[in-house]
Amino acid sequence: MDGATDRVPDLPTAATPEPVPLAGPLRAVPTRSGLFLTFFRIGVCGFGGVGPWARRVIVEERGWFDDRDYAEILALCQVLPGPNVGNVSIMLGDRFHGGLGSVLAISGLMLGPLLIIFSLGLLYDLFGGVPLIDSAIGGVAAAAAGLFLGTAMKMIEKLRLSLLGLAILGCAFVAIGLLRWPLFTVMLVLAPVSILAAWRLRW
Amino acid sequence: MVDADFWTLVDLFVTFAHLALVAVGGMQASLPEVYRQTVEVHGWMSAPEVADLVALAQASPGPNGLFVSLIGWRVAGLPGFVVATLGLALPPALLAFGMSRIRKRLEGARWLRAAQGGLVPIVVGLMLASGSVSARAADDTIAKVALTLAVAVVVWRTRWNPLWLLVVGAVVGVSGL
Repeated sequence: MDGATDRVPDLPTAATPEPVPLAGPLRAVPTRSGLFLTFFRIGVCGFGGVGPWARRVIVEERGWFDDRDYAEILALCQVLPGPNVGNVSIMLGDRFHGGLGSVLAISGLMLGPLLIIFSLGLLYDLFGGVPLIDSAIGGVAAAAAGLFLGTAMKMIEKLRLSLLGLAILGCAFVAIGLLRWPLFTVMLVLAPVSILAAWRLRW
Repeated sequence: MVDADFWTLVDLFVTFAHLALVAVGGMQASLPEVYRQTVEVHGWMSAPEVADLVALAQASPGPNGLFVSLIGWRVAGLPGFVVATLGLALPPALLAFGMSRIRKRLEGARWLRAAQGGLVPIVVGLMLASGSVSARAADDTIAKVALTLAVAVVVWRTRWNPLWLLVVGAVVGVSGL
């Protein structure tokens, strides 16, 4: 994938309404094929979620964004619904090559994983009745449930939420996890309350 | 595999498009709603089946939300796979593209930071709910309950690669505990 990026001193302005101010002295600009290939690699390498890989490749290896730019884009993408890195790929593609860039970046990201998961699904269809495979997948499912719980605990520990934040967290857990209420209804009630609280208290 | 009739495909698309648009904080956070829609509302499959498909998606690279594509496949074959994937990816992609176009104007906006901060506790609460709902679908023996809890503690307290924990899970599963 050499030649996927050209080192140039300034960003092209064709795709952006106004010149983008540069923070660093040199910024790499992806070519169209580089955009596709790089996101393809991020998708295929991202075992257990693509988030950590995406930052490493985009910021450290390719130098398309510095850490601050990346954090800003990611923050916006986390407020938006849908897969976070999918949203990042769309915004990054648009920044460098407009709508076509977005299409190239997101299809690069999704193509590899979709092919792999399709093959896995095929195997599951073929061997799904085989007791040994069934019990292996059953064990992986039990471990996967632990991944969610552990990740949530890690986030709770790191975030140091206020008491109100913890109460909202608890409400979301009870309503969705225990009472099994519809997500849409719960978001409709909890999101405005929580955002308003964040607005007033600036947690 | 069921043959793909048109309205099932429409149903798949609408279900997962709606889900993808409500799912702030990634598809993992919306897992309980995936269970509710797939098992309770539509009756497409049983909860342990959903747990299996989620496990398959966890064990493969890429965005974790792709278990949705597998659900589509189980429900309506290849057309279901395609339609469910489009439902998952397309509406948020269009929204992200629109936001990308007005991003410069949003930078540093106070409401945006409040929205981010305010959604954080909800996202974490949903993640916790995803764990509890998946555990109840997958843990049919005492050993599996122990496995779930052990993996949770390891993920919480260490920086081990989660992929190895899934391998351990497969071994525990095969050993028939």
